[in-house]
Amino acid sequence: MTKQDILVVLPEIVISLMACFILVLDLYLPATKKQKFGYGLSLVALVVGAALSLIYSEPTPVHGLNGLVLMDSLSAILKAGICISTGFVLVYSRSYADIRGLWKGEFFALALFGVVGMMVMTASNHLLSLYVGLELLALCLYTMVALRIDSTTASEAAMKYFVLGALASGILLYGMSLLYGLTGTLYIDELSVSIARYDGTMLPRTMALILVLVGLLFKMGAVPFHMWVPDVYEGSPTSSTVYLATAPKLAGFAIILRLLADGLESLATEWQGMLVVVSIASLALGNIIAIAQRNIKRMLAYSAIAHVGFFLLGILTGEASGYASAMAYILIYAVVTLGAFGVILTLSSEGVEADLIEDYSGLNQSHPWAAFIMLLLMFSLAGIPPTIGFYAKLSVLQAVVNAGMTWVAVAAVVLSVVGAFYYLRIVKVMYFDDPTATHRGLQFSPKPDARILLTINGLAVVILMPWIGELSTLCERAIGVLF
Amino acid sequence: MDSMTPNILSILIWLPVLGGILILSTGGDRNAQLARKIALGFSVGTFLLSLSIYADFDINTASMQFVERYRWIEALHIQYFLGVDGISMPLIILTTLLTIIVVIAGWEVITKRVAQYMASFLIMEGLMIGVFSSMDAILFYLFWEAMLIPMFLIIGVWGGSNRVYAAIKFFLYTLVGSLLMLVAIIYLYFTSDHTFNIASFHATPLTYATQVLIFLAFFAAFAVKVPMFPVHTWLPDAHVEAPTGGSVILAAITLKMGAYGFLRFSIPITPDASSELAIWVIGLSLIAVVYIALVALVQRDMKKLIAYSSISHMGFVTLGFFIFDSQGMEGAIVQMISHGFISGALFLCVGVLYDRMHSREIDSYGGVATTMPVFSMFLVFFAMSNAGLPGTSGFVGEFLVILGSFRVNGWYAAVAGLTLVLGAAYTLWMIKRVVYGEITNEKVKALVDVNGREKVVLGVLAVCVLGLGVYPMPLLEVMHSTVENLLEHAAVSKL
Repeated sequence: MTKQDILVVLPEIVISLMACFILVLDLYLPATKKQKFGYGLSLVALVVGAALSLIYSEPTPVHGLNGLVLMDSLSAILKAGICISTGFVLVYSRSYADIRGLWKGEFFALALFGVVGMMVMTASNHLLSLYVGLELLALCLYTMVALRIDSTTASEAAMKYFVLGALASGILLYGMSLLYGLTGTLYIDELSVSIARYDGTMLPRTMALILVLVGLLFKMGAVPFHMWVPDVYEGSPTSSTVYLATAPKLAGFAIILRLLADGLESLATEWQGMLVVVSIASLALGNIIAIAQRNIKRMLAYSAIAHVGFFLLGILTGEASGYASAMAYILIYAVVTLGAFGVILTLSSEGVEADLIEDYSGLNQSHPWAAFIMLLLMFSLAGIPPTIGFYAKLSVLQAVVNAGMTWVAVAAVVLSVVGAFYYLRIVKVMYFDDPTATHRGLQFSPKPDARILLTINGLAVVILMPWIGELSTLCERAIGVLF
Repeated sequence: MDSMTPNILSILIWLPVLGGILILSTGGDRNAQLARKIALGFSVGTFLLSLSIYADFDINTASMQFVERYRWIEALHIQYFLGVDGISMPLIILTTLLTIIVVIAGWEVITKRVAQYMASFLIMEGLMIGVFSSMDAILFYLFWEAMLIPMFLIIGVWGGSNRVYAAIKFFLYTLVGSLLMLVAIIYLYFTSDHTFNIASFHATPLTYATQVLIFLAFFAAFAVKVPMFPVHTWLPDAHVEAPTGGSVILAAITLKMGAYGFLRFSIPITPDASSELAIWVIGLSLIAVVYIALVALVQRDMKKLIAYSSISHMGFVTLGFFIFDSQGMEGAIVQMISHGFISGALFLCVGVLYDRMHSREIDSYGGVATTMPVFSMFLVFFAMSNAGLPGTSGFVGEFLVILGSFRVNGWYAAVAGLTLVLGAAYTLWMIKRVVYGEITNEKVKALVDVNGREKVVLGVLAVCVLGLGVYPMPLLEVMHSTVENLLEHAAVSKL
């Protein structure tokens, strides 16, 4: 191993070591100190990981470990994003998980190992490392969903997630093996060259493409591979839901970009057509079914499906500007979703999950600040200006129109009006309704660290607006390296 | 000529928004009085500052004045680009004036969540000024949409019994229209060489088929906002349920934003489609003028009656625009301003009655003149001006529009002229049943006349209506060059 090899994967090494250290520490420390040390060390590891990813990023891609992984500005930004959002997840989850007995060494170690998996995904230049990263993340997620032993819904969700996830991994792996058979290489950059030169029969190539696409779309939760999403979001403890709803989306973006836009670029016309159907279907199904939900976590799950549909619109343009807009979209989505689940987590207390929409009635009267933050986040998810959610939609729509698919843009726009309705309903419940009889008395008493981060997170969706252009420039530069 | 104050438009936009944030930070209802005072201070301050753009306005040019232009989002070439012309300047002053009125009108009436109420109106004031002064299409869209949030809350939190339905209907109706406009704006970005500058949209050549699609997309946004028949149905609901202040701003300013959009976007960007499709717009306008006036005639709820009357009067505005005649267009703009004062005042009058009796039904009144003589004077005056009595601002606008349409097609004028009869019929019939006659309701006997605060509010508006009616020149000369320029531009084909 050269020095360069180590530098490329330094953040991963740091976080893995810290995760192992926390596990060991968990065996020896007295119970009272376990939580404090685990929490503190995890945050330190994540901050260091984010910092290392940014510090050692190079404008030109640097390969490491015999080309298994690479380091470019795309992976640097996404790695930092993954670390930071996981840090937010830990801060928001603290009191929620503590009350429910989930705040222990395993939680930290799983979260950190999941982060390592995601970082490997973002940095992979090889089908094998990509798959290893994906599976490392998936195993951590299955366990985190099941972490609450006394809950049957959580176990059911975990089981469903595991079985379907394993199936999807198998499909993805099968697709990858076909690709290997066709091209004789597992390196993604070589793959793009040899698949473009491939002149054999169409069937195996198309099969390989479809299988890979199905695997990826399953992991992102796009229609028609979305069935696990609502059950898992609803069934898992909220501290795990927020984890699996944010950072993995960033990693998923990275592998979609690396596999489709880079590796299978020459098949773009074929996957573009498939993605048009998938994104419109996701937008339609996610937005329409979300209306009927009574559980806010389930509603956000359908909303996630719809947002993945919107995000795929950016990918399917097949152009660098479209990829950049999709990247901006997914980063903004992660920020907003993090905040929304943050509000749900901080409003939960002992025995109160704060997951029914009717729980939120009259929240403006009892906890105006929490209601205001939630209002900003909901309008941002709906894409109403002056929030950054609007900018996310604008940049994707702009890319779609630029690619000459104005009608797809119109369809997306019409479906997002449907989407606006259920976000508005949350605002309506919080602001217009009086507390009902079934109101379970939500307590908004976050610890100081959670309160500060939640305030920053909530206000950021408006305050970042003047500087939102910087985000676009950043994304364009990161994508520009690839093409 | 440039203003003495640099960045005056930015100040006008952000000062009220800042005020709104400051008010929100006063917290709950314990500090209600403080919240009211800050709101009054900021709204009066903004109004006084807005007078300076009138004073420094150059009436001899049609180009943008008080321009501010900064780079904002480089990746999409979006600019922070502000400026006003003869059409938007009067609307900005209307906005700043009416915000003061609304703040005073809600002084005693609003008792729950005062800070949030006042803050909503101030933030909305800033956003509305932003709509009227944006010269970048995305910036315009940003303000246009952001305005929905405070209005949604105003209707939903402080509104009547069916407020939730009305608020959501209002929001979704306007959102559908606006999003189609967004797609059109993005499309124009690519055809006009990667800029969102509205002026370069004006200069972009477009084929007829594209023009029609873009015209329809903009039409969806603006027709809902105006509102035009048949997409007007959100307005009566929103008006009836909104608190008085919300109705005033809705009728006086947000409806004007739709009309303003026609002048800023539809007509100059798609001149060929506009003149080709004008006959349809004129048709819908005339239906609004006549049919909606008939609907107003049978209303039992005063607020609903005024809401329908608003739709009918806004039909005049769109008629004036799409006959492409300078007198018609100037008349329509005068009508916009005048309707802002009159409809605002009428909603305030209903608010005065509602605060005392908690009923908007015409039937529960009768003989109000005996117990509330001063109020009745105001109400009769505003009702007369709503019916277009000469000497009031309502007459100037309607007269000019009818005159303009006469030059284009006598039939338009004949149908539009019906409004003078119908308008008089529904307003005067309402006045007869509410103000005059025997007192049939015991509660009316106990009514107390308007207090000082209400007198000030109604008095100011009465002065405006009368002033504009007797001597409309200041308004007409301000807009003249801009209107001439717009019509010249619209006459040049883009094909």
